[in-house]
Amino acid sequence: MLAYIIRRLLFAVPILIGVNLITFALFFMVNTPEDMARAQLGAKQTTPEMIAAWKADHGYDKPLFFNGEAPGLSKISDTLFVEESLKLFVFDFGQSDSGRQISADIYERMWPSLQIALPTFVIALVTNIALALLIVLFRGSVLDTASMMVAVAIMSVSGLFYIIAGQLLFSKIWHWVPISGYEGGWDGLKFVVLPVVIGVFAGLGSGVRWYRSLFLEEINKDYVRTARAKGLSEIKVLFGHVLQNGLLPILTGVVVVIPTLFMGSLIMESFFGIPGLGSYTIDAINAQDFAIVKAMVFLGSVLYIVGLILTDISYTYFDPRVRLQ
Amino acid sequence: MSLTLLWTDGLIWGLIAALAAWGRIVSRSVQVRRQWMQVFESKVAMVSAIVLLFYVLLALLDSIHFTQQEAGQGLQSVLDALLAHLATVQERTYSAPFALTEYNRTLQTLEDGTVAMLYQPLQHINPAASMLWESGKALLAGLLIFTLATAVHLLWRSRVNDVSFVAQARAVWQGRTQLPWKTAYLTVLLLLLAMSWLYQLSFSYHVLGTDKVGGDVLYESLKSIRTGVLIGVLTTLVMLPVALLLGIAAGLFKGWVDDVIQYLYTTLNSIPGVLLIAAAVLVMQVMIGNHPEWFSSTEERADMRLLFLVLILGMTSWTGLCRLLRAETLKISQIEFVTAARAFGVSRFTIIGRHILPNVMHIVLIAVVLDFSGLVLAEAVLSYVGVGVDPTMHSWGNMINQARLEMAREPMVWWSLFAAFIFMFCLVLAANLFSDRVQRVLDPRSQTS
Repeated sequence: MLAYIIRRLLFAVPILIGVNLITFALFFMVNTPEDMARAQLGAKQTTPEMIAAWKADHGYDKPLFFNGEAPGLSKISDTLFVEESLKLFVFDFGQSDSGRQISADIYERMWPSLQIALPTFVIALVTNIALALLIVLFRGSVLDTASMMVAVAIMSVSGLFYIIAGQLLFSKIWHWVPISGYEGGWDGLKFVVLPVVIGVFAGLGSGVRWYRSLFLEEINKDYVRTARAKGLSEIKVLFGHVLQNGLLPILTGVVVVIPTLFMGSLIMESFFGIPGLGSYTIDAINAQDFAIVKAMVFLGSVLYIVGLILTDISYTYFDPRVRLQ
Repeated sequence: MSLTLLWTDGLIWGLIAALAAWGRIVSRSVQVRRQWMQVFESKVAMVSAIVLLFYVLLALLDSIHFTQQEAGQGLQSVLDALLAHLATVQERTYSAPFALTEYNRTLQTLEDGTVAMLYQPLQHINPAASMLWESGKALLAGLLIFTLATAVHLLWRSRVNDVSFVAQARAVWQGRTQLPWKTAYLTVLLLLLAMSWLYQLSFSYHVLGTDKVGGDVLYESLKSIRTGVLIGVLTTLVMLPVALLLGIAAGLFKGWVDDVIQYLYTTLNSIPGVLLIAAAVLVMQVMIGNHPEWFSSTEERADMRLLFLVLILGMTSWTGLCRLLRAETLKISQIEFVTAARAFGVSRFTIIGRHILPNVMHIVLIAVVLDFSGLVLAEAVLSYVGVGVDPTMHSWGNMINQARLEMAREPMVWWSLFAAFIFMFCLVLAANLFSDRVQRVLDPRSQTS
């Protein structure tokens, strides 16, 4: 098991190097350090000396990929690409344009993100599966058709609409919860409710449809027919057999998302004023702070890869047919 | 007056031409024709296809651009020319739909020198117009266009079926045609009536009100159609060749080609989509900002940004389809007819063209129609985040972004958001319903269950 995990982690390294190459190409080749310096210093009369000083100041004064002046192997290692990548691999994200430590910021802002994302994820999962099972129970009936039409309608509305309408109804007209804001701990519950409810509702359409088709695929299999032939009630068939066997395909889609919950949701957090990683990213995008965006891209891919590995491991627990080699 | 071809205009018309050519080639095959008939046999699919068609037509009207040197106006599209009475007018600020005055009171000095808070009348409306008379005229015009259109269509169908005009009309009325033409006519009638009503009244009123700077909301919503449709359609154009080429190559050649391609899409896939798009758009923004000399007008710059956005969206969205195509190609290349073809010495390219491509086409089609609605919704979110289309460009995302604080105003300004959401909802709903039907008919898996 341990050997397998280590091997999977080693497989992740080339992918992360690839991710680095892409972000590096985006941030340093298309938009060279000279361009960055010029944009930061302002357009008027920038002398080459000023640009060189800015580059030295920010540690951007090395060649991009190949350092002809350095001796031996450090022709390759003493370059901006290797230096930037190594820093990312030890999660040292450097400083943002406003001079704050990005790693510390990320650690601090991770928890508010999680406080919204985790309840949304869990409640959405349970609601979607429960509703899908209910619809499958009444499959082929008017209820099935009607709920599928509602699901398509829910899917077709922009997520922005749910947020704006939700804030309007629950906060402005009915005054149930505050419009936006954040507080840690249990006191913050009143701020969490609305984003969670909206998040769950916005995902309801596609979620229910997806799980319904999963269960419908399962329901035509032989073991279900056997279960019915033994005289089990439809409810026992659904909850005892179909749900249990349907959990496997659900697992593939679910486990991979769990680590990325840390990243939060861009839109939710900016609308509800939650100081999480999502709003952090949005602020960085609006301020054109490349260092933060780069850090978030790297962090996002690391978390995704962790999710992939977790999916594989969880399979060995839930599906005895899967063996790790 | 001279025609001007923007980059995106060229692409969308090229795509239409390519689609028409592809349709002609494919329609020779009996099975394909039968499949598409089956798609349109559903009333829901017929209605949503017609709604989609209306959106696409408006987008195409907005994609023929010309410059008028004498008039001193900049770049204009045919849609602009049709809506010239809305494009050029500018009120001072907010006004509600069908309102005669502005939405908020302003301080004014009266003729006798006293100062009062008054609702200032709007400048570009015609309060003398009788709503009833104008509506009657508009509905009549809509009915007339509908009668003409259906007559032409009925005549064509009766020629094809080799029956008399009256017999064809009776068949449609009694619902005895293979395709639900009655439903189709009804949809067209409703759409035409609604559109001619809106159009006629837009001469006398601001039908959907005006926004903060006094622009007509109806005009903005109609202009946004092009952006939404273009992003949905052109992104697939960018993504398709990459996905097809790499997916089939990986599945067919296997070995190191497969490894490299798999590595490529795993890497791209592992970067969160929104962040990759945001990063790429940010870099592009800086690049465009550093080189203002590249573009001669703001329209050209906005167009270039749209093209870039489409390219970026395409580059981030090919991975899913590529994986599906790889798996399917792997499966097909094991089947006997491919092995037989290979044994006969048929070249690989012929195998791809004759055996692989036709057999994976349903996956491609389903992916294309499924992606469309997602992309239209994504545009709104991206524009809200600030990494979407150019802020000067008309788009639903920009409309929502500019109007998102209006709900908090006292009294509330709801019509900008409402218009943007409704226009978007109709398009996305139609696309979703249509893609459901296409998937049900074309996907062999869904037919067994």
